[in-house]
Amino acid sequence: MSVRRPVSPTLVAGAVLVGAVVAVALASLLWVPRDPAHVSVPDRFLGPGQDGYLLGSDELGRDELSLLMAGARNTLLVGVVTVVIAIAAGVPAGGLAALRRGPVEEATMRASDVLLAFPALLLALLFAAVFRPGTVTAMAAIGIAFVPVFARLVRGAGLQVMEQDYVTAARTYGSGSLWLLRRHLLPNVAPVVIVQSAVAFAIAILAEAALSYLGLGTPPPTPSWGRMLSESQSYLAQAPLLALWPGLCIALTVLGFNLLGDGLRDLLDPRLVERVGPP
Amino acid sequence: MSEALRVRGLTVSVGGLEVVRGVSFGLERGGRTGLIGESGSGKTLTALAIMGLLADGLTARGEVRLGEEDLMRLPERRLCRLRGDRLAMVFQEPMTALNPVMRIGDQVAEPFRVHRGLSRREAHARGLELLERVRIQDAQSKLGAYPHQLSGGQRQRVMIAIAMACSPEVLLADEPTTALDVTVQAQVLDLLSRLVDEERCTLLLITHDLPVVSQLCDRVLVMYGGRIVEAGPAGEVFGRPLHPYTGGLIETIPPLDEELPARRFRAIPGVVPGAGEFPAGCPFRNRCARADERCVEMPPLTGDGHQAACWHPL
Repeated sequence: MSVRRPVSPTLVAGAVLVGAVVAVALASLLWVPRDPAHVSVPDRFLGPGQDGYLLGSDELGRDELSLLMAGARNTLLVGVVTVVIAIAAGVPAGGLAALRRGPVEEATMRASDVLLAFPALLLALLFAAVFRPGTVTAMAAIGIAFVPVFARLVRGAGLQVMEQDYVTAARTYGSGSLWLLRRHLLPNVAPVVIVQSAVAFAIAILAEAALSYLGLGTPPPTPSWGRMLSESQSYLAQAPLLALWPGLCIALTVLGFNLLGDGLRDLLDPRLVERVGPP
Repeated sequence: MSEALRVRGLTVSVGGLEVVRGVSFGLERGGRTGLIGESGSGKTLTALAIMGLLADGLTARGEVRLGEEDLMRLPERRLCRLRGDRLAMVFQEPMTALNPVMRIGDQVAEPFRVHRGLSRREAHARGLELLERVRIQDAQSKLGAYPHQLSGGQRQRVMIAIAMACSPEVLLADEPTTALDVTVQAQVLDLLSRLVDEERCTLLLITHDLPVVSQLCDRVLVMYGGRIVEAGPAGEVFGRPLHPYTGGLIETIPPLDEELPARRFRAIPGVVPGAGEFPAGCPFRNRCARADERCVEMPPLTGDGHQAACWHPL
């Protein structure tokens, strides 16, 4: 009965871009034009369309399109896992800080200050040095680096929520702290968490690409857009397109998640739903 | 008659400053008491202190007895079980007192889930009954609506429904109609009055609207400067006020039988001082025509039945 606002073009554009990446990643599980790990030296540096290599081939004669398709899987995996780690730890921590105040808040916020002092990449380098470099290490490091971001965000928004009359009203009918957290605080901070997730997703993809570029992310032979970009660097004069494709994929995916985040924020806020009934 | 709620020497302070000072009163079981006073007189703080819901930085001491229990000494967990079940409150602002991202159905169901441990489905069924009892039209479809889709009057009905859900012994209504327009006010007051009767609930109605109190309440407490300055049966307090402040308040109501331009609206001279700026002794003495040097000392609340805290009553 309620009339929703027309869906924003931002959301559509974001959803299309993200949907395309997801679709390609899923499709690559079933079918890729050629085996992305198949090295064929005679077919090095073919241009787009030559010999059936739709986007050309790289310095080892691997099919660029197949590498990109399989790389999408890796990219999404990294994004999902890091954001899940960050939300799972950061949202409850920030929520409790806003709810309990006092020592709990102090402890959580100082701990997140310490974590925030480490740039995500530095933390990932540290992890790579201490543990074995690889996708799991990279995801853990990036995920942990995002925890304080979510904790602070949820605490800030949560403090505002706790000041609202409806929280006091909820207390007048006997809601305890955990009930308040689950029923009132978290649903009201959900829109900011969703928007932040989309942004974090984008940053995580960039961070993984950067780590792979440095050789500390996904190890070969698993295809990774970041490593493709890094490897193409040596042949930039010879085959500039090899840098363009993965770069374009990273840029469009990051753009897609950013647009999706903005669009979702507008859509999920029920305050923007049209009024029904007499005023 | 027994008392449902007894408040003794309730003092609320913020950083050493006492904003509610030694307030004592009792609410007779099933009775309706009006608590009146201007903004800043400590009415809302008194109610919040009774609920144990003062904001950070405010502290309360004294005694608040609900039946056998002193609420001021109960641990938070016990208080949580009491609130909404035996003691409930309705707020002034229905616009902000409902969670904006939660459907109405979920919100009216909350007390049943918190206190009665009902499942979501059972609680929803009870919530629907409640909405029908508070005469929300088309209650079934309103269950799925969000608060912003309801009008102010409907929202206040929902708030009243939530407060009355578990049939509390005592209901504190803090200016429940102030934010509503006049015609809706009358309907909401009517509803409140009917529900309180049906549930045999004890009502403390906080307001600055004197006609509402005289219509609805059988007893009146008048607050000024954080103290109760007059208390008694509504008819007597309004008919023959003892405290000059109460007298002044009643004078401010323009009579209906007079042509409007015939006289100016009466007002109590001066303004309510800010917190901490009230004079020592009787808090009203700097605005009172009858004040003299004796008023430097705070007069006790004396009298039988109809009490006033004044050395020179009217």
